[in-house]
Amino acid sequence: MKVLAVLEQQSGSWRRMSWETFAAAQEIAAAMGAELDVAVAGSGIANLAAEAAAKQASRVWAVEHSLLQDYTADGYTAAFEALIRQISPELTVFPHTYQTRDFAPKLATRFERVLISDAIAARAEGGAPIFTRQLFQGKLSAEMRPHGPGPHFASLQAGAWRADALKAGSAAVETFEPPLQASQIRQKPESPFRESARAVDLSAASKIVSVGRGIGEKEKIGIVEELARALGAELAASRPICDAGWLPMERQVGSSGQTVAPQLYVAVGISGAIQHLVGMKGSKTIVAINKDKDAPIFEAADYGIVGDLFEVVPAFVEEIAKSRS
Amino acid sequence: MKILAAIKQVPARDSHLRPDAAGRWIDEADLNFEINEPDAYALEEALQLKEKHGGEVVALCAGPARSQQTIREALAKGADRAIHIEEDNLAALDALGAAKLLAAAAKAESPDLILTGLQSDDMGYGQTGVIVAELLGLPHSTIIMSVEISAANIRVKRELEDGWFQHIEMPLPAVLTIQSGSNKLRYATLMGIKKARTKEIKRIASADLGGLPAATASIERVEAPRKTKQTQLFEGDAKSAAARLVEKLRFEARVL
Repeated sequence: MKVLAVLEQQSGSWRRMSWETFAAAQEIAAAMGAELDVAVAGSGIANLAAEAAAKQASRVWAVEHSLLQDYTADGYTAAFEALIRQISPELTVFPHTYQTRDFAPKLATRFERVLISDAIAARAEGGAPIFTRQLFQGKLSAEMRPHGPGPHFASLQAGAWRADALKAGSAAVETFEPPLQASQIRQKPESPFRESARAVDLSAASKIVSVGRGIGEKEKIGIVEELARALGAELAASRPICDAGWLPMERQVGSSGQTVAPQLYVAVGISGAIQHLVGMKGSKTIVAINKDKDAPIFEAADYGIVGDLFEVVPAFVEEIAKSRS
Repeated sequence: MKILAAIKQVPARDSHLRPDAAGRWIDEADLNFEINEPDAYALEEALQLKEKHGGEVVALCAGPARSQQTIREALAKGADRAIHIEEDNLAALDALGAAKLLAAAAKAESPDLILTGLQSDDMGYGQTGVIVAELLGLPHSTIIMSVEISAANIRVKRELEDGWFQHIEMPLPAVLTIQSGSNKLRYATLMGIKKARTKEIKRIASADLGGLPAATASIERVEAPRKTKQTQLFEGDAKSAAARLVEKLRFEARVL
């Protein structure tokens, strides 16, 4: 029995989450009593494959084709379909990135299977994998079990496994050339770009105060700004605040914004959707202020105040001032 | 141009959710339901494309009878007609099963474009649009911020991680999953609400679409998330809670 871990690279550099997925796959394969292969796709990726081969696995597949130079959903689906048909893994795992979200569901459908997406934990029962994933934006969690014979598919949430648990070793490198044709690939991608140079580097801040949709209206952000000033913190926000144009996009924390890990992170009126949590859960001390005691942000918080932020935040500012006088 | 907007009804955002007695799903009694927010953005994009290019917007929704409310709202906002796939037990389907129902209904319509939200607020699979595309043999792209249409092609702006974007071109017909927040959502007007009453809602029993697909993965043991962190919660009046918090931040966490 075999587990396959698909690692992700972009323009010849590893996506950091690949190592978490690799480490997770080592653990899952061991629990299932399976051997582990890993694969990376692209064009001219021999050096990446060699790097991955210094970790504990049976084989590293360099899935090489000039048509895989730039990512396309059609190209990646066809390439991994061919590899999976050849090596027949019982389970294939991916990092739950935007790229995986774009093609892995399509790939699973080719095998009449479904991707168990965004898993946060895995265990094996009689050699079969069972995954834990979140429902309702993290308010509940559920175990999910794939049925029938493999291949099964799962993607793993950022931060749910630790990259530093990755075991070193030595794997054989094999090159796999999938039979791709340009006519199969319907998407024509252009070069990635950024909207504007980032003026604010939140990742360097030691304290961050972040505001979410609980603030209700733009005019009220002032009280959160005051808290940031009192703490000597940078002001940040969850996605809905930046989408609404209440704060600039460059102040957004989360999977589509910046990833931060300050000494202190104060989340004000943020419910804690997973897209936000992945951007800040590495913070050393997390404080949450929210009126809903079931909000997932309290799962991530070290300290929490359940209450009306319009009362709590001014009181917080006052107490900070008092503590310094 | 015919645009299909696939929408779903989910529990309202501020709902207090509990696992049901069997621990296989949630207790749906006393819950309010609303349109899945990402799907509201897909519908908005569909309506804006229709305003620019003409044609028709058809809302497509699978779910129990209560979904009618959400469908009516879509019609009131400007969808021309709707298709309701009647299915009481959507939660028993996996993403592939739900997509099979939607794809079967979509196929009969031969749309130029199918739009849906990038994920649902209940299951959060984030896959429906991609699977529908594969089942229909159509190209797709995900997490889309904007759409330009020119003749037989579209050029879309796709969001990547870390503040990066990318334009992608592909032929029509195609399937796109739309990122939330990329447009401003419209409200239904009084006139729209009035007009919606006379718009067509075609009802299809899921059994007539080939029946319920067997699940290839199933949800078991729904429960409150296990705490991985010890959270100290301060309740009570704001002033004393804030005072205790500051004390902890100074002397325990030592970050003040």
